[in-house]
Amino acid sequence: MSISVGLGSYLLVGAMLFCLGLYGLFVKRNIIAILMSIELMLNAVNINFVAFSRFTPWADLGTSPFIGQVAAFFVIVVAAAEIAVGLALVIAIYRSRRTTNVDDFNWLKW
Amino acid sequence: MSTMATIVFFIFAIIAVASAWGVVTSKNIVHSAFFLALSFAGVAVLYVLLSAEYLAAVQLLVYAGAISIMVIFAVMLTLRGDVAESSPVTKKWTQGALIGSLVFIVLAVVILTNRDWRILAQPALTEGATAELSKVLLSWYMVPFEAAAILLTVALIGAVIIAKGGHESK
Repeated sequence: MSISVGLGSYLLVGAMLFCLGLYGLFVKRNIIAILMSIELMLNAVNINFVAFSRFTPWADLGTSPFIGQVAAFFVIVVAAAEIAVGLALVIAIYRSRRTTNVDDFNWLKW
Repeated sequence: MSTMATIVFFIFAIIAVASAWGVVTSKNIVHSAFFLALSFAGVAVLYVLLSAEYLAAVQLLVYAGAISIMVIFAVMLTLRGDVAESSPVTKKWTQGALIGSLVFIVLAVVILTNRDWRILAQPALTEGATAELSKVLLSWYMVPFEAAAILLTVALIGAVIIAKGGHESK
C-alpha cells in the first residue's frame, strides 16, 4: 500500500498548526508571542479552506470551485489588519508601561 | 498525486509543523519570529501543491514578508532585558498543553473517521486558476473585496495613529 496524500493529510497538518497556536495562546506571557500564535491559528484555517476548495470542487453545484480560495484570501486580509493594529497597541502599551508581559496588563483589575 | 508531490508534501508539512512547534516553545522571541516566517513559507509550498499558486504568492508576500518583518520590528522596539528569556511560558503550561492536545485528538479523530474526507485530489480544474480566481473575486465578491480594501486602509491608518502615541507629551 502506497502512502497517498489526500484531503485528510492536509486537514491533519491544519489541525496540528491550529493546536500548536492554541497552546501558544494559552501558555505564552509575551504579548507578541501571543499575536504570533493567533497568526498560526489563522494560517491553519487557511490550509483547511484551500484544501477543501481543491478536493471537493463539486460540493456545491453552480458555485465557483474557487470560493475556498476567496475565503482564504479574505482571512489573509483580516489577519494582516489584525496584526498591524495588534502590534500598534503593543507599542502604545509599551510606551506607558515599559512591559510586554500580559500578566502586567491589569488596568481593569481592582 | 505523484510520488514526487507526496515527498514534497511531507517535507514541507514537517517543516511547517516543526517551525510552529519552535514558535510556541522557543524562549527567545526573536527565534520565535524567524520560526514563524519559516512556518509561513512551508505553508506556502502546501498551497502550491493544492494548485493555489496565487494564494502561495500572497502567503509569501504578506505573511512571510510583511507580517514577519512587522513582528520583528515590534520585537525590537519593545525588547528589554535578556533576549534569551524574552518569551517565557506561564507556570500553568501543563493546562495549556492538555487543552491543546485534547483539541488535537478530537480534531484528528473527526478527520480520520470521516469517510467523506478520505479522497484524493481530482485533476486540476483549469489551467489558468489565477485568472478564474480573479474573475470570481472581482465579479461575485466585488463588494467584499472593496470592503477588505477599506478595512486594510482604516486598519493601517489606525495602526499608525495608535503607534504614534497620543498628545499626553505636549
